[in-house]
Amino acid sequence: MNMSEMISPTIKGIPPSGIRKFFDLVNEMKDAISLSIGEPDFVTPWNVREAGIYSLEKGHTHYSPNAGFMELRVEICKYLSRKYNVDYNPKNQVIVTVGGSEAIDIALRSLVSPGDEVIIPEPSYVSYKPCAILAGAKPVTLNLRVEDEFRLTPELLEKAITPKTKVLILPFPNNPTGAIMTKEDLDKIVDVLKDKNIVVLSDEIYAELTYGGKHISIASYPEMKDKTLMINGFSKSYAMTGWRLGYTCGHPDLIAAMYKIHQYAIMCSPTTAQYAAVEALKNSDSDIQMMNREYNRRRRVMVDGFRKIGLDCFEPLGAFYVFPCIKSTGLNSEQFCERLLSEEKVAIIPGTAFGECGEGFIRACYAYSTENIIEALKRVGKFVNSL
Amino acid sequence: MEEILELLENNSKLSEEQIAVMLGKTVEEVHETIKKFEDENVILGYNTLINWEKTGKEDVTALIELKVTPQRGEGFDKVAERIYRYPQVKACYLMSGGFDITVIVEGKTMKQVALFVAQKLAPLEHVLSTATHFVLKKYKDKGTIFEEKTKDDREAIIL
Repeated sequence: MNMSEMISPTIKGIPPSGIRKFFDLVNEMKDAISLSIGEPDFVTPWNVREAGIYSLEKGHTHYSPNAGFMELRVEICKYLSRKYNVDYNPKNQVIVTVGGSEAIDIALRSLVSPGDEVIIPEPSYVSYKPCAILAGAKPVTLNLRVEDEFRLTPELLEKAITPKTKVLILPFPNNPTGAIMTKEDLDKIVDVLKDKNIVVLSDEIYAELTYGGKHISIASYPEMKDKTLMINGFSKSYAMTGWRLGYTCGHPDLIAAMYKIHQYAIMCSPTTAQYAAVEALKNSDSDIQMMNREYNRRRRVMVDGFRKIGLDCFEPLGAFYVFPCIKSTGLNSEQFCERLLSEEKVAIIPGTAFGECGEGFIRACYAYSTENIIEALKRVGKFVNSL
Repeated sequence: MEEILELLENNSKLSEEQIAVMLGKTVEEVHETIKKFEDENVILGYNTLINWEKTGKEDVTALIELKVTPQRGEGFDKVAERIYRYPQVKACYLMSGGFDITVIVEGKTMKQVALFVAQKLAPLEHVLSTATHFVLKKYKDKGTIFEEKTKDDREAIIL
Protein backbone atom coordinates (compact mmCIF):
# COMPACT_ATOMS: atom_id res chain seq x y z
CA MET A 1 0.00 0.00 0.00
CA ASN A 2 1.25 3.44 -0.86
CA MET A 3 0.40 5.32 2.31
CA SER A 4 0.90 8.68 0.69
CA GLU A 5 -1.98 7.92 -1.68
CA MET A 6 -4.19 7.15 1.28
CA ILE A 7 -3.89 10.63 2.75
CA SER A 8 -6.90 12.86 2.24
CA PRO A 9 -6.52 15.42 -0.54
CA THR A 10 -7.71 18.13 1.84
CA ILE A 11 -4.78 17.48 4.14
CA LYS A 12 -2.41 17.25 1.20
CA GLY A 13 -3.72 20.61 0.08
CA ILE A 14 -2.61 22.25 3.31
CA PRO A 15 0.98 23.34 2.87
CA PRO A 16 3.37 22.38 5.66
CA SER A 17 4.58 25.32 7.67
CA GLY A 18 6.94 27.34 5.53
CA ILE A 19 9.26 27.95 8.44
CA ARG A 20 9.65 24.34 9.47
CA LYS A 21 13.14 24.27 7.99
CA PHE A 22 13.99 27.41 9.88
CA PHE A 23 12.81 25.90 13.14
CA ASP A 24 14.76 22.70 12.57
CA LEU A 25 17.81 24.89 12.25
CA VAL A 26 16.98 26.78 15.45
CA ASN A 27 16.57 23.57 17.40
CA GLU A 28 19.86 22.20 16.13
CA MET A 29 21.71 25.35 17.11
CA LYS A 30 21.84 24.87 20.84
CA ASP A 31 23.66 28.08 21.69
CA ALA A 32 21.44 30.38 19.67
CA ILE A 33 19.62 33.20 21.44
CA SER A 34 15.97 33.14 20.68
CA LEU A 35 13.25 35.74 20.41
CA SER A 36 11.11 33.27 18.57
CA ILE A 37 8.95 31.34 21.00
CA GLY A 38 5.46 32.72 21.39
CA GLU A 39 4.79 31.79 24.98
CA PRO A 40 5.39 33.38 28.40
CA ASP A 41 8.82 32.76 29.87
CA PHE A 42 7.25 32.99 33.33
CA VAL A 43 6.50 29.75 35.09
CA THR A 44 2.86 29.30 36.16
CA PRO A 45 2.36 31.11 39.51
CA TRP A 46 3.11 28.77 42.40
CA ASN A 47 -0.34 28.91 43.99
CA VAL A 48 -1.76 27.70 40.67
CA ARG A 49 0.78 24.91 40.31
CA GLU A 50 0.18 23.94 43.92
CA ALA A 51 -3.56 23.68 43.31
CA GLY A 52 -2.86 21.29 40.43
CA ILE A 53 -0.50 19.22 42.55
CA TYR A 54 -3.01 19.12 45.40
CA SER A 55 -5.74 17.87 43.08
CA LEU A 56 -3.43 15.02 42.03
CA GLU A 57 -2.65 14.19 45.63
CA LYS A 58 -6.36 14.01 46.35
CA GLY A 59 -6.73 11.58 43.49
CA HIS A 60 -8.76 13.85 41.21
CA THR A 61 -7.55 12.01 38.16
CA HIS A 62 -10.84 11.29 36.40
CA TYR A 63 -12.75 12.86 33.53
CA SER A 64 -14.53 16.09 34.23
CA PRO A 65 -17.98 16.94 32.86
CA ASN A 66 -17.67 17.43 29.09
CA ALA A 67 -18.02 21.19 29.20
CA GLY A 68 -15.67 21.46 32.17
CA PHE A 69 -16.27 21.58 35.92
CA MET A 70 -19.17 23.84 36.80
CA GLU A 71 -17.05 25.59 39.43
CA LEU A 72 -14.56 26.54 36.74
CA ARG A 73 -17.25 27.69 34.31
CA VAL A 74 -18.77 29.83 37.05
CA GLU A 75 -15.38 31.40 37.78
CA ILE A 76 -14.78 32.02 34.07
CA CYS A 77 -18.09 33.85 33.81
CA LYS A 78 -17.34 35.94 36.89
CA TYR A 79 -13.94 36.81 35.46
CA LEU A 80 -15.34 37.85 32.06
CA SER A 81 -17.97 39.92 33.76
CA ARG A 82 -15.57 41.77 36.07
CA LYS A 83 -12.82 42.25 33.47
CA TYR A 84 -14.59 42.75 30.17
CA ASN A 85 -18.14 43.50 31.10
CA VAL A 86 -19.62 40.52 29.27
CA ASP A 87 -22.09 38.23 31.01
CA TYR A 88 -22.49 34.58 30.08
CA ASN A 89 -24.49 31.78 31.61
CA PRO A 90 -22.11 29.09 32.86
CA LYS A 91 -24.76 26.42 32.23
CA ASN A 92 -25.11 26.73 28.48
CA GLN A 93 -22.75 29.38 27.18
CA VAL A 94 -19.30 28.09 28.12
CA ILE A 95 -17.09 25.18 27.07
CA VAL A 96 -13.70 24.61 28.65
CA THR A 97 -11.44 23.58 25.78
CA VAL A 98 -8.00 22.14 25.22
CA GLY A 99 -6.35 25.50 24.73
CA GLY A 100 -7.78 28.27 22.60
CA SER A 101 -6.73 26.15 19.61
CA GLU A 102 -9.45 23.58 20.12
CA ALA A 103 -12.02 26.35 20.34
CA ILE A 104 -10.91 27.76 16.97
CA ASP A 105 -11.20 24.33 15.39
CA ILE A 106 -14.58 23.32 16.76
CA ALA A 107 -16.03 26.79 16.19
CA LEU A 108 -15.18 26.72 12.51
CA ARG A 109 -16.35 23.14 12.13
CA SER A 110 -19.64 24.05 13.78
CA LEU A 111 -20.25 27.07 11.61
CA VAL A 112 -19.13 26.60 8.05
CA SER A 113 -20.44 24.56 5.14
CA PRO A 114 -18.51 24.02 1.91
CA GLY A 115 -18.14 27.27 0.04
CA ASP A 116 -18.71 29.50 3.05
CA GLU A 117 -16.12 32.20 3.39
CA VAL A 118 -14.10 32.89 6.49
CA ILE A 119 -12.38 36.25 6.60
CA ILE A 120 -8.93 36.00 8.14
CA PRO A 121 -7.05 39.24 8.73
CA GLU A 122 -3.33 38.71 8.22
CA PRO A 123 -0.63 38.74 9.46
CA SER A 124 -2.08 36.48 12.11
CA TYR A 125 -1.71 33.30 14.09
CA VAL A 126 -0.98 30.33 11.86
CA SER A 127 -3.94 28.08 12.77
CA TYR A 128 -6.91 30.00 11.41
CA LYS A 129 -6.41 29.25 7.76
CA PRO A 130 -5.74 25.49 8.05
CA CYS A 131 -8.64 25.12 10.49
CA ALA A 132 -10.93 26.95 8.06
CA ILE A 133 -9.79 24.72 5.21
CA LEU A 134 -10.25 21.58 7.31
CA ALA A 135 -13.77 22.73 8.10
CA GLY A 136 -14.47 22.99 4.38
CA ALA A 137 -14.54 26.77 4.24
CA LYS A 138 -12.91 29.09 1.78
CA PRO A 139 -10.45 31.24 3.69
CA VAL A 140 -10.47 34.85 2.54
CA THR A 141 -7.32 36.67 3.51
CA LEU A 142 -7.57 40.31 4.43
CA ASN A 143 -4.23 42.09 4.41
CA LEU A 144 -3.77 44.45 7.33
CA ARG A 145 -1.49 47.41 6.75
CA VAL A 146 1.36 48.86 8.71
CA GLU A 147 0.00 52.37 8.06
CA ASP A 148 -3.05 51.38 10.12
CA GLU A 149 -0.72 49.87 12.71
CA PHE A 150 -2.17 46.53 11.63
CA ARG A 151 -5.62 47.31 12.98
CA LEU A 152 -8.72 46.13 11.16
CA THR A 153 -10.40 49.08 9.45
CA PRO A 154 -14.03 49.22 8.29
CA GLU A 155 -12.89 49.89 4.71
CA LEU A 156 -10.75 46.76 4.56
CA LEU A 157 -13.52 44.74 6.17
CA GLU A 158 -16.25 45.98 3.81
CA LYS A 159 -14.12 45.06 0.85
CA ALA A 160 -13.62 41.51 2.10
CA ILE A 161 -17.28 40.81 2.86
CA THR A 162 -19.30 38.95 0.22
CA PRO A 163 -22.75 37.30 0.37
CA LYS A 164 -20.90 34.10 1.22
CA THR A 165 -19.10 35.44 4.25
CA LYS A 166 -20.00 33.37 7.29
CA VAL A 167 -17.29 34.11 9.81
CA LEU A 168 -14.89 36.92 10.60
CA ILE A 169 -11.84 36.04 12.66
CA LEU A 170 -10.97 38.95 14.94
CA PRO A 171 -7.55 38.20 16.42
CA PHE A 172 -6.74 41.07 18.77
CA PRO A 173 -4.49 41.72 20.65
CA ASN A 174 -2.66 40.27 17.71
CA ASN A 175 0.00 37.68 17.26
CA PRO A 176 2.36 38.44 15.47
CA THR A 177 2.02 42.24 15.17
CA GLY A 178 1.15 43.21 18.75
CA ALA A 179 -1.66 45.36 17.35
CA ILE A 180 -4.77 46.05 19.42
CA MET A 181 -8.23 47.37 18.63
CA THR A 182 -9.27 50.38 20.68
CA LYS A 183 -12.87 51.22 21.44
CA GLU A 184 -12.91 53.72 18.55
CA ASP A 185 -11.57 51.06 16.17
CA LEU A 186 -14.15 48.54 17.34
CA ASP A 187 -17.03 51.04 17.12
CA LYS A 188 -16.45 51.29 13.38
CA ILE A 189 -16.19 47.53 12.94
CA VAL A 190 -19.41 47.05 14.91
CA ASP A 191 -21.13 49.54 12.59
CA VAL A 192 -20.19 47.37 9.63
CA LEU A 193 -21.20 44.11 11.26
CA LYS A 194 -24.26 44.85 13.34
CA ASP A 195 -26.83 44.22 10.60
CA LYS A 196 -25.02 41.36 8.91
CA ASN A 197 -25.31 37.64 9.40
CA ILE A 198 -21.65 37.13 10.12
CA VAL A 199 -20.34 35.39 13.20
CA VAL A 200 -17.33 37.03 14.78
CA LEU A 201 -14.79 34.60 16.13
CA SER A 202 -13.02 36.86 18.57
CA ASP A 203 -9.72 35.33 19.65
CA GLU A 204 -8.88 37.21 22.83
CA ILE A 205 -6.19 34.93 24.19
CA TYR A 206 -3.89 37.95 24.75
CA ALA A 207 -6.61 40.07 26.39
CA GLU A 208 -4.66 40.47 29.63
CA LEU A 209 -1.62 41.71 27.74
CA THR A 210 -2.41 45.23 26.68
CA TYR A 211 -0.32 48.24 27.57
CA GLY A 212 -1.77 51.66 28.01
CA GLY A 213 -5.43 50.74 27.97
CA LYS A 214 -7.70 47.89 28.91
CA HIS A 215 -8.68 45.33 26.31
CA ILE A 216 -12.19 45.81 24.97
CA SER A 217 -14.11 42.77 23.84
CA ILE A 218 -16.40 43.07 20.85
CA ALA A 219 -18.78 40.84 22.81
CA SER A 220 -19.31 43.72 25.24
CA TYR A 221 -21.33 45.54 22.54
CA PRO A 222 -24.94 44.48 23.19
CA GLU A 223 -25.69 44.37 19.44
CA MET A 224 -22.70 42.06 18.90
CA LYS A 225 -22.88 39.76 21.87
CA ASP A 226 -25.02 37.04 20.31
CA LYS A 227 -23.05 37.12 17.06
CA THR A 228 -19.70 36.85 18.76
CA LEU A 229 -17.94 33.72 19.86
CA MET A 230 -15.34 34.67 22.39
CA ILE A 231 -12.21 32.55 22.64
CA ASN A 232 -9.88 32.95 25.56
CA GLY A 233 -7.74 30.81 27.81
CA PHE A 234 -5.14 30.50 30.49
CA SER A 235 -2.00 30.08 28.40
CA LYS A 236 -0.94 33.67 27.95
CA SER A 237 -2.66 35.44 30.85
CA TYR A 238 -1.57 33.01 33.57
CA ALA A 239 1.55 31.58 31.89
CA MET A 240 -0.11 28.18 31.58
CA THR A 241 0.67 27.15 28.00
CA GLY A 242 1.63 23.58 28.85
CA TRP A 243 -1.55 22.93 30.82
CA ARG A 244 -3.56 23.21 27.60
CA LEU A 245 -6.60 25.01 28.87
CA GLY A 246 -8.81 27.50 27.11
CA TYR A 247 -12.48 28.33 26.94
CA THR A 248 -15.05 29.65 24.58
CA CYS A 249 -18.29 31.51 25.25
CA GLY A 250 -21.15 32.52 23.03
CA HIS A 251 -24.73 32.02 21.89
CA PRO A 252 -26.24 28.87 23.45
CA ASP A 253 -27.09 27.40 20.02
CA LEU A 254 -23.53 27.73 18.78
CA ILE A 255 -22.13 26.44 22.06
CA ALA A 256 -24.49 23.44 21.85
CA ALA A 257 -23.20 22.66 18.36
CA MET A 258 -19.58 23.01 19.40
CA TYR A 259 -20.30 20.92 22.47
CA LYS A 260 -21.17 17.99 20.21
CA ILE A 261 -17.77 18.04 18.52
CA HIS A 262 -15.96 18.66 21.79
CA GLN A 263 -17.79 15.78 23.43
CA TYR A 264 -17.10 13.28 20.67
CA ALA A 265 -13.63 14.34 19.63
CA ILE A 266 -12.09 15.51 22.90
CA MET A 267 -14.36 14.28 25.72
CA CYS A 268 -13.16 16.86 28.23
CA SER A 269 -10.23 19.11 29.01
CA PRO A 270 -7.46 18.00 31.36
CA THR A 271 -8.82 17.69 34.90
CA THR A 272 -5.64 18.74 36.72
CA ALA A 273 -5.45 21.88 34.62
CA GLN A 274 -9.05 22.71 35.45
CA TYR A 275 -8.40 22.56 39.19
CA ALA A 276 -5.38 24.79 38.73
CA ALA A 277 -7.38 27.20 36.61
CA VAL A 278 -9.99 27.70 39.33
CA GLU A 279 -7.21 28.81 41.66
CA ALA A 280 -5.80 31.07 38.93
CA LEU A 281 -9.12 32.84 38.41
CA LYS A 282 -9.77 33.22 42.11
CA ASN A 283 -6.40 34.30 43.40
CA SER A 284 -3.95 35.36 40.70
CA ASP A 285 -4.98 38.83 39.63
CA SER A 286 -1.81 40.20 41.21
CA ASP A 287 0.35 37.76 39.23
CA ILE A 288 -1.30 38.91 36.01
CA GLN A 289 -0.54 42.47 36.97
CA MET A 290 3.07 41.68 37.81
CA MET A 291 3.63 39.89 34.49
CA ASN A 292 1.90 42.63 32.55
CA ARG A 293 4.16 45.28 34.07
CA GLU A 294 7.24 43.23 33.37
CA TYR A 295 6.23 42.61 29.75
CA ASN A 296 5.54 46.29 29.34
CA ARG A 297 9.07 47.20 30.41
CA ARG A 298 10.58 44.63 28.10
CA ARG A 299 8.34 45.87 25.31
CA ARG A 300 9.76 49.35 25.67
CA VAL A 301 13.30 48.00 25.74
CA MET A 302 12.66 46.09 22.54
CA VAL A 303 10.88 48.82 20.60
CA ASP A 304 13.60 51.27 21.63
CA GLY A 305 16.28 48.76 20.64
CA PHE A 306 14.93 48.13 17.14
CA ARG A 307 14.42 51.84 16.53
CA LYS A 308 17.97 52.60 17.62
CA ILE A 309 19.21 49.96 15.20
CA GLY A 310 17.38 51.93 12.53
CA LEU A 311 14.52 49.55 11.85
CA ASP A 312 11.04 51.07 11.62
CA CYS A 313 8.89 49.77 14.40
CA PHE A 314 5.36 50.93 15.16
CA GLU A 315 4.46 50.84 18.82
CA PRO A 316 2.68 47.57 19.54
CA LEU A 317 0.27 47.88 22.46
CA GLY A 318 -0.70 44.26 22.96
CA ALA A 319 0.43 40.63 23.27
CA PHE A 320 4.21 40.19 23.62
CA TYR A 321 5.48 40.79 20.12
CA VAL A 322 7.05 43.59 18.19
CA PHE A 323 6.87 43.57 14.43
CA PRO A 324 9.69 45.70 13.04
CA CYS A 325 10.03 46.42 9.34
CA ILE A 326 13.27 45.22 7.76
CA LYS A 327 12.67 46.50 4.21
CA SER A 328 15.43 49.09 4.63
CA THR A 329 18.00 46.30 4.81
CA GLY A 330 17.26 45.18 1.27
CA LEU A 331 16.69 41.62 2.44
CA ASN A 332 13.39 39.80 2.47
CA SER A 333 12.06 38.42 5.74
CA GLU A 334 13.33 34.90 5.31
CA GLN A 335 16.76 35.97 4.11
CA PHE A 336 17.03 38.36 7.02
CA CYS A 337 16.09 35.74 9.59
CA GLU A 338 18.19 32.95 8.09
CA ARG A 339 21.27 35.13 7.86
CA LEU A 340 20.69 36.56 11.33
CA LEU A 341 20.52 33.04 12.66
CA SER A 342 23.62 31.76 10.90
CA GLU A 343 25.73 34.91 11.32
CA GLU A 344 24.74 36.12 14.77
CA LYS A 345 22.89 33.11 16.18
CA VAL A 346 19.70 34.94 16.97
CA ALA A 347 16.37 33.32 16.13
CA ILE A 348 13.59 35.69 15.10
CA ILE A 349 10.62 34.63 13.00
CA PRO A 350 10.12 35.96 9.48
CA GLY A 351 6.85 37.88 9.14
CA THR A 352 5.91 35.71 6.17
CA ALA A 353 5.22 32.85 8.57
CA PHE A 354 2.01 34.71 9.43
CA GLY A 355 0.81 35.43 5.93
CA GLU A 356 2.22 36.81 2.70
CA CYS A 357 1.61 40.37 3.80
CA GLY A 358 4.12 39.78 6.60
CA GLU A 359 6.84 40.14 3.96
CA GLY A 360 9.28 42.85 4.96
CA PHE A 361 8.66 42.31 8.67
CA ILE A 362 9.95 40.08 11.44
CA ARG A 363 8.30 38.96 14.64
CA ALA A 364 10.36 39.33 17.79
CA CYS A 365 8.88 38.09 21.05
CA TYR A 366 9.70 39.78 24.33
CA ALA A 367 8.60 36.94 26.58
CA TYR A 368 12.27 36.56 27.40
CA SER A 369 14.49 37.85 30.17
CA THR A 370 15.67 41.43 29.75
CA GLU A 371 19.29 40.25 29.60
CA ASN A 372 18.37 37.92 26.77
CA ILE A 373 16.55 40.70 24.94
CA ILE A 374 19.42 43.16 25.31
CA GLU A 375 21.99 40.63 24.09
CA ALA A 376 19.78 39.67 21.14
CA LEU A 377 19.28 43.32 20.19
CA LYS A 378 23.02 43.89 20.34
CA ARG A 379 23.55 41.08 17.88
CA VAL A 380 20.75 42.25 15.59
CA GLY A 381 22.38 45.67 15.58
CA LYS A 382 25.73 44.17 14.64
CA PHE A 383 24.09 42.17 11.88
CA VAL A 384 22.17 45.12 10.41
CA ASN A 385 25.29 47.29 10.48
CA SER A 386 27.25 44.63 8.63
CA LEU A 387 24.82 44.66 5.69
CA MET B 1 7.65 56.60 40.07
CA GLU B 2 7.39 53.81 42.64
CA GLU B 3 8.16 51.46 39.77
CA ILE B 4 11.77 52.68 39.79
CA LEU B 5 12.06 51.36 43.32
CA GLU B 6 10.64 48.00 42.33
CA LEU B 7 13.10 47.75 39.47
CA LEU B 8 16.09 48.71 41.59
CA GLU B 9 15.03 46.44 44.39
CA ASN B 10 15.26 43.52 42.01
CA ASN B 11 18.31 44.65 40.10
CA SER B 12 20.36 47.56 41.36
CA LYS B 13 22.74 47.18 38.41
CA LEU B 14 20.24 48.73 36.02
CA SER B 15 21.55 51.94 34.56
CA GLU B 16 19.52 55.14 34.48
CA GLU B 17 19.38 54.82 30.70
CA GLN B 18 17.94 51.32 30.92
CA ILE B 19 15.37 52.33 33.50
CA ALA B 20 14.36 55.30 31.39
CA VAL B 21 13.69 53.05 28.39
CA MET B 22 11.81 50.49 30.46
CA LEU B 23 9.50 53.06 31.98
CA GLY B 24 9.14 55.32 28.98
CA LYS B 25 10.71 58.29 30.85
CA THR B 26 13.65 60.53 30.08
CA VAL B 27 17.06 59.83 31.59
CA GLU B 28 16.87 63.18 33.40
CA GLU B 29 13.55 62.29 35.02
CA VAL B 30 14.94 58.97 36.20
CA HIS B 31 18.13 60.58 37.45
CA GLU B 32 16.22 63.21 39.41
CA THR B 33 13.83 60.68 40.90
CA ILE B 34 16.59 58.36 42.06
CA LYS B 35 18.51 61.27 43.52
CA LYS B 36 15.42 62.37 45.39
CA PHE B 37 14.89 58.88 46.77
CA GLU B 38 18.51 58.76 47.87
CA ASP B 39 18.35 62.18 49.50
CA GLU B 40 15.21 61.24 51.37
CA ASN B 41 16.70 57.94 52.54
CA VAL B 42 14.04 56.04 50.65
CA ILE B 43 16.87 54.30 48.84
CA LEU B 44 19.27 53.31 51.60
CA GLY B 45 21.85 51.42 49.64
CA TYR B 46 22.60 49.07 46.77
CA ASN B 47 23.38 45.65 48.17
CA THR B 48 24.29 42.45 46.41
CA LEU B 49 22.74 39.14 47.37
CA ILE B 50 25.53 36.59 47.67
CA ASN B 51 25.37 32.87 48.26
CA TRP B 52 28.45 32.76 50.46
CA GLU B 53 28.18 29.04 50.89
CA LYS B 54 29.33 28.59 47.29
CA THR B 55 32.49 30.57 47.96
CA GLY B 56 33.53 28.18 50.72
CA LYS B 57 33.41 30.96 53.26
CA GLU B 58 32.23 29.54 56.58
CA ASP B 59 29.81 31.92 58.23
CA VAL B 60 27.01 31.30 60.63
CA THR B 61 23.76 33.16 60.97
CA ALA B 62 21.53 33.05 64.01
CA LEU B 63 18.06 34.31 64.72
CA ILE B 64 17.74 35.40 68.33
CA GLU B 65 14.46 35.96 70.10
CA LEU B 66 14.59 38.52 72.89
CA LYS B 67 12.06 39.18 75.58
CA VAL B 68 12.44 42.74 76.76
CA THR B 69 10.79 44.98 79.33
CA PRO B 70 9.67 48.14 77.58
CA GLN B 71 10.84 51.39 79.12
CA ARG B 72 8.59 54.19 80.14
CA GLY B 73 8.37 56.82 77.43
CA GLU B 74 10.66 54.99 75.08
CA GLY B 75 9.07 51.62 74.62
CA PHE B 76 11.52 49.24 73.00
CA ASP B 77 13.39 51.75 70.88
CA LYS B 78 16.20 52.49 73.31
CA VAL B 79 16.99 48.82 73.92
CA ALA B 80 16.74 48.10 70.22
CA GLU B 81 19.22 50.86 69.46
CA ARG B 82 21.76 49.44 71.89
CA ILE B 83 21.43 46.17 70.02
CA TYR B 84 21.36 47.21 66.39
CA ARG B 85 24.44 49.39 66.69
CA TYR B 86 26.60 46.27 66.92
CA PRO B 87 28.00 45.51 63.45
CA GLN B 88 27.46 41.79 64.02
CA VAL B 89 23.72 42.49 64.05
CA LYS B 90 22.51 42.31 60.48
CA ALA B 91 18.84 42.88 61.20
CA CYS B 92 16.71 43.86 64.16
CA TYR B 93 12.92 43.87 64.27
CA LEU B 94 10.30 44.70 66.87
CA MET B 95 7.83 41.81 66.92
CA SER B 96 4.27 41.06 67.84
CA GLY B 97 3.54 37.72 69.50
CA GLY B 98 5.43 35.57 71.95
CA PHE B 99 8.59 37.65 72.17
CA ASP B 100 9.58 41.23 71.53
CA ILE B 101 12.68 41.64 69.40
CA THR B 102 14.21 39.53 66.65
CA VAL B 103 17.93 39.94 66.13
CA ILE B 104 19.75 38.41 63.17
CA VAL B 105 23.41 37.98 63.99
CA GLU B 106 26.23 36.83 61.75
CA GLY B 107 29.55 35.51 62.95
CA LYS B 108 32.46 33.35 61.90
CA THR B 109 31.63 30.45 64.23
CA MET B 110 28.77 29.27 66.39
CA LYS B 111 30.91 29.94 69.40
CA GLN B 112 31.50 33.52 68.37
CA VAL B 113 27.77 34.13 67.94
CA ALA B 114 26.93 32.36 71.19
CA LEU B 115 29.47 34.47 73.05
CA PHE B 116 28.06 37.63 71.51
CA VAL B 117 24.63 36.68 72.82
CA ALA B 118 25.94 35.71 76.23
CA GLN B 119 28.22 38.69 76.67
CA LYS B 120 26.43 41.50 74.83
CA LEU B 121 22.73 40.78 74.46
CA ALA B 122 21.71 38.74 77.50
CA PRO B 123 23.25 41.06 80.09
CA LEU B 124 21.60 44.17 78.68
CA GLU B 125 19.38 45.92 81.13
CA HIS B 126 15.70 45.25 80.37
CA VAL B 127 16.48 42.07 78.41
CA LEU B 128 14.63 39.31 80.20
CA SER B 129 15.58 36.30 78.12
CA THR B 130 17.18 35.18 74.86
CA ALA B 131 16.64 32.15 72.64
CA THR B 132 19.20 31.54 69.91
CA HIS B 133 18.36 29.61 66.72
CA PHE B 134 21.13 28.89 64.22
CA VAL B 135 20.39 28.91 60.52
CA LEU B 136 21.37 25.58 58.96
CA LYS B 137 20.55 26.26 55.34
CA LYS B 138 19.26 29.22 53.39
CA TYR B 139 16.66 28.25 50.79
CA LYS B 140 15.48 31.70 49.91
CA ASP B 141 16.49 35.19 50.91
CA LYS B 142 15.31 38.64 49.81
CA GLY B 143 12.80 36.96 47.50
CA THR B 144 15.47 34.95 45.71
CA ILE B 145 15.53 31.15 45.71
CA PHE B 146 19.16 30.06 46.06
CA GLU B 147 19.12 26.88 44.02
CA GLU B 148 16.61 27.93 41.37
CA LYS B 149 17.40 26.96 37.83
CA THR B 150 17.57 30.09 35.76
CA LYS B 151 18.24 28.62 32.36
CA ASP B 152 15.56 29.15 29.74
CA ASP B 153 15.04 25.62 28.45
CA ARG B 154 11.94 26.16 26.36
CA GLU B 155 12.14 24.42 23.01
CA ALA B 156 11.36 26.11 19.75
CA ILE B 157 7.95 25.06 18.52
CA ILE B 158 6.13 25.97 15.37
CA LEU B 159 3.66 28.11 17.18
